[in-house]
Amino acid sequence: MNINQQHRLKRYFFKGGHLFLLFIAMSIICLPGLWIVLNSFRPTVEIMAKPPVWIPNSLSLEHYRAMFGSVGQGGIPVGRYFMNSLVISLTSTIIAMLVAIAGGYAFARYRFRGKSVIFVTFMLTRAVPGVALSLPLFIVFAKLGIIDTHFGLILVYVAMNVPFSIWLIDGFFRQVPKELAEAAEIDGCTRWQAFWKVEFPVAKAGIASAAIFAFLTSWNEYALASQLTRSVFSKTMPVGLLDFTSEFTINWGGMCALAVLMIIPALILTFIVQKHLISGLTFGGIKG
Amino acid sequence: MASVSLRNLVKTYGKTQVVHGINLDIEHNEFVVLVGPSGCGKSTTLRMIAGLEPITSGDIGIGDNVVNELPPRDRNVSMVFQNYALYPHMTVRENLGFSLKIAHQTDEIIKASVINAAEILGLVELLERRPSELSGGQRQRVAMGRAIVRDPDIFLFDEPLSNLDAKLRAQMRIEIKKLHQRIKTTIVYVTHDQVEAMTLADRIVIMRDGLIEQQGTPLEVFETPVNTFVASFIGSPPMNLLPATISDSQDAVILTDGTSLLLPSLYKSKVSARQSIVFGFRADNLMPIGHGLSPGLETAQIELLVNLSEPLGTETILFGDIAGQEIQAKMFNPRPVSFGETLTCELNLSRCHLFDRESQERLR
Repeated sequence: MNINQQHRLKRYFFKGGHLFLLFIAMSIICLPGLWIVLNSFRPTVEIMAKPPVWIPNSLSLEHYRAMFGSVGQGGIPVGRYFMNSLVISLTSTIIAMLVAIAGGYAFARYRFRGKSVIFVTFMLTRAVPGVALSLPLFIVFAKLGIIDTHFGLILVYVAMNVPFSIWLIDGFFRQVPKELAEAAEIDGCTRWQAFWKVEFPVAKAGIASAAIFAFLTSWNEYALASQLTRSVFSKTMPVGLLDFTSEFTINWGGMCALAVLMIIPALILTFIVQKHLISGLTFGGIKG
Repeated sequence: MASVSLRNLVKTYGKTQVVHGINLDIEHNEFVVLVGPSGCGKSTTLRMIAGLEPITSGDIGIGDNVVNELPPRDRNVSMVFQNYALYPHMTVRENLGFSLKIAHQTDEIIKASVINAAEILGLVELLERRPSELSGGQRQRVAMGRAIVRDPDIFLFDEPLSNLDAKLRAQMRIEIKKLHQRIKTTIVYVTHDQVEAMTLADRIVIMRDGLIEQQGTPLEVFETPVNTFVASFIGSPPMNLLPATISDSQDAVILTDGTSLLLPSLYKSKVSARQSIVFGFRADNLMPIGHGLSPGLETAQIELLVNLSEPLGTETILFGDIAGQEIQAKMFNPRPVSFGETLTCELNLSRCHLFDRESQERLR
């Protein structure tokens, strides 16, 4: 075997190994999701079967029918929960983005006293686990009377999302050369116009990805929402999952069906925004 | 169309002063090049004229107005940036028309102005492309086009050619010069490249450490540099500068190895005995006999041991030692020169420069 063949074999071997490892990694990531989707379509007997049934014998929409059905037959107010989730996630994302765009821009462009300390403090707030805050938050919110309201949860999610979003958006604005804004100012823009007409559009892709992060964080959050919501008027979908548990049983099929419903809007949103995540938008304006 | 005047212009960052009260008058339609090594304050000065950098003290006048506090948009200047600063999310057409759109011009006016600028700069075919789809030279032209469209009083160029390769740079240099002849506007141009400065400028302003060292036409600063800094900065290859002393009899220059050269007659009355000086001459005033200098000049003969030669075709640059210091000489109508060869050279004394060693100023 000559040296070239050896190297070719080696390359095939590495490629094969690479694909195998990727398969394992993707399986670990995807299997739970796949299992949920599968379970939402099959009878409870099969879900609970031991050893597990990998290939379903029959698929049905039974769990979905029950979930949307009347309360007595295992139905829950899905529409209501969905609207709560949507209103809370969207509003908190929009507010968090407005704050984070302003903050991120300030960190990227301006020099001010205590800048790095403030920045590190923001990051430190991420180090505190959300659940640890639930009791103090509960007490404060109870005193303020904003438990079980949209407003309360929106407030919590804005606070959760702002520091991380600022950090992300700061990075994106740093990639926008400051000469672009200067050129715009010379071209007749005010500082404000230069931002909205040049810097913001150039950093838009990055801001969109920060927005997805913020939205998904709010959409999926369970720990705090389960403490701060009480009734159908404010419960979000993750909290709604708990409606499928009762004292002695857990309705796994129904839970999976609701989980699938939760995943769908998140997927749709990610795909919509992904179109706008055109990387390399900042390239070309300057040398390179 | 306007003149620019800088009066005692000072710029300080924190405690560091980077521009130390410079005065400069730029006339209407003049092409002025600010040149100097990096960190000399030339870009800062330009940015202060543009209004991108607030001034610490002093005055900036454009036309008859003092514009110290005016934002960039109210100064009617255009600027071409070193990295072009094209708007990456807009096509070439939108880039060119952006300033007019901001000024709420009608679509017809915008269209006409954009086409006009595109025709001047040969950009017509590129109008629908985005900056990322253009080559370096094309981006540079779009940046210039964006500046032209506004029909500004003053054009500001901040090292616009430094990101281009040598060939393109030479080409764009010519285009900028043509552009100036065509649109006849005041231009302030910043560069660290003395060749650009020499070829483009009506007037060169040489800066160092936040001060203006000398200003004048390219030939003035080339032929009568006021100090050793200007002498070594302007001209390529740089001026040869050798430490020397004036002889007791005040009629000769003694180099450090004892070589005695006749004192150039121009300096007869300007030196004193045993004065420490720097003796300067350019490569094209030291040539092997029969390879360049015309007869009848006031010359001195020097033996040059050649360490290295750079043949450039019409001329060869010779690197050799005089008084233990590396100097450069030129050879026209060149013949091959080998390493270690000793050539008898003629030095054109009438083109030599004497500087005071302590102050580094030209003797006058």
